Amino acid sequence: MKRVVIFIVALLLIAGGWWWFRGETRQPVPPSASAVNAATLKDPSLIAKGEYLAVVGDCASCHTAQGGERYAGGRVLPTPFGNIPSPNITPDGATGLGEWSFEDFWQALHSGKGRHGEFLYPVFSYTSFTKVSRDDALAIFAYLQSLAPVHAPAQAPSLEFPYSVRSSLKAWRALYFQEGEFQRDAAKSDAWNRGAYLVQGLGHCNECHAPRDSLGGQQGNTSLAGGQIPVQNWYAPDLSTQANGGLAGWSEQDIVDLLKTGQSARGTAFGPMAEVVARSTQHMHDDDLHAMATYLQSLPPRPAVVAPTAALDTRAILAQGGKVYAERCADCHGKDGKGVAGIYPPLDGNSSVNEPTGINATRVVLLGGFPPVTQGNARPYSMPPFAQQLSDADVAAVVTYIRQSWSNKASIVMERDVVKYRHTPID
Amino acid sequence: MKSLSAKWSRAGRAIGAWALCAVMAHAVDAHAQDATHPAIPDTLQQRIAACTACHGVHGEGTPESGFFPRLAGKPAGYLARQLKDFQDGLRKYGPMEYTVKQLSPAYMREIAEYFAAQEVPYARSPAPSVSAQLRQRGETLVTQGDPARRIPPCQACHGSQLTGVQPDIPGLVGLPYDYISSQLGSWRTKTRATVAPDCMSEIANRLSDSDITAVSAWLATRELPADMHAQPAGTVTPPLHCGVLGDKGDGA
Repeated sequence: MKRVVIFIVALLLIAGGWWWFRGETRQPVPPSASAVNAATLKDPSLIAKGEYLAVVGDCASCHTAQGGERYAGGRVLPTPFGNIPSPNITPDGATGLGEWSFEDFWQALHSGKGRHGEFLYPVFSYTSFTKVSRDDALAIFAYLQSLAPVHAPAQAPSLEFPYSVRSSLKAWRALYFQEGEFQRDAAKSDAWNRGAYLVQGLGHCNECHAPRDSLGGQQGNTSLAGGQIPVQNWYAPDLSTQANGGLAGWSEQDIVDLLKTGQSARGTAFGPMAEVVARSTQHMHDDDLHAMATYLQSLPPRPAVVAPTAALDTRAILAQGGKVYAERCADCHGKDGKGVAGIYPPLDGNSSVNEPTGINATRVVLLGGFPPVTQGNARPYSMPPFAQQLSDADVAAVVTYIRQSWSNKASIVMERDVVKYRHTPID
Repeated sequence: MKSLSAKWSRAGRAIGAWALCAVMAHAVDAHAQDATHPAIPDTLQQRIAACTACHGVHGEGTPESGFFPRLAGKPAGYLARQLKDFQDGLRKYGPMEYTVKQLSPAYMREIAEYFAAQEVPYARSPAPSVSAQLRQRGETLVTQGDPARRIPPCQACHGSQLTGVQPDIPGLVGLPYDYISSQLGSWRTKTRATVAPDCMSEIANRLSDSDITAVSAWLATRELPADMHAQPAGTVTPPLHCGVLGDKGDGA
């Protein structure tokens, strides 16, 4: 009898599990049956609005392969769970969004589900895009439908089991995804609300600027707190007004300057943010940039970071780092770490120097490079790469020195960290 | 004629005065800078430290190792094309792709022109000693090609003196052995490509391994011509269709 009960319970559990984890199915809505009529989608002002919003959302960045046709997909996005190539979002019938209705598009952007109801991988940032308003989504859809169709079949993702089973995303969604449009806060200004809408929604800033756990999910209370970008291995700094690693000391204009020109009195965009500035934010309207800055400046500072106490005697490392700094860095960044206004960024108080991991400063020393080329900074000054010239020990020493000089109080960087980042694939 | 030269001289004085003012303004600027902080020159050379750290201030490269290629004196169109090819991932080398990723076409063009205009003496690089037979094979391929395997002579495109042709074809002499052989290898492994039709990829794939050694050794050890500048534009008719040359050529 007991065995029979156990058997029945087990069977029920399996069936329940299957029922809960089964994928959802949905019938696509053909364009002819859409509540949005074809003429609406051809409205030039709606298309123009959508073009701007697609730039704000930086859709082209993921949906364009290196050297490929714009919006035709094919950029392979690396995640800790495997590689996911982006799909073609031009209106090609066979391989793009040609057969899609606005209802299908809204289902993807707002609910993170494909046309047939399948769960989309959250590398597509629907966790943020769900906050986009229906009107804005319609404009973006109208714009995408106005593009010249490009025939570009989707490549299959290469994911490990169990991530390769899409229905496993049901559990992920239950943990990390909250569906819902942005809700205005009536107590706040219009600019604040617009900024919050852009930062949290279309701008999808949080997708990089917040920590991810082992399942790649983000907790609500760490929103914009800064985080390491998985696989790419850059650190997207805290965007609150946090001292030592956040935006403490940044004025509204500093934030606007960085987003518009790639440079500010407080720091310069590089790595993945250089791409964001070059392709997206430099093209945004000034009032939208000011709105985003207004919102970011309202984020309360998090509890102060406790200055780390090194477990080992760092005097020799700092002396070595100071020597390397004087020889290699001081001509441009200054002995005082203040940089040169409009040319070289300050290192003192720089959020990317002070971020918790030391990844950014280490990789910038190794890779050097150019800030983004923008209308406001068409011929930027660049930084030489030191990968060929400095040993791992010297890079660790100079980065440690920079992170602990002037007002900076960040942790030391070890030689073994430098070895690791020297071999990080460059994306 | 006289009035023209007078005009020129007036223009010259005006430019001179303007330049002097600019220098003085710059000096004042520099003075205003923090005494502990040297003034930052407003020059392209200063701006492109990311390039010159490896390729040299004048694009001299590292002839002793052959690792960082010389850029000095290569035709501007060719250099600008390489930057674009790195940007598009047609040429693959992580650090270069990262460095040029966000550059605009105008800035890449300016950087290409800077290096194209540099005059730097050519240095000899180490090359392996090869048999007389292989050397002969190298010379044959460079000057006559191998019609049986549809390999055109290098000279057909790269110029009678192999110093390149303006504005898009690079010279082949004065380059290290390691550099030439690794480029030919890269065309075969598809880590170096360019816009279709990619004629150099076709040619590299028609060469045998020993052909690559032969050609590279012969080119790297050839006596340098007195004038290393690229030939004027339009002085060669490429035997293959080449995307980088606007697809001119009669095909082969």
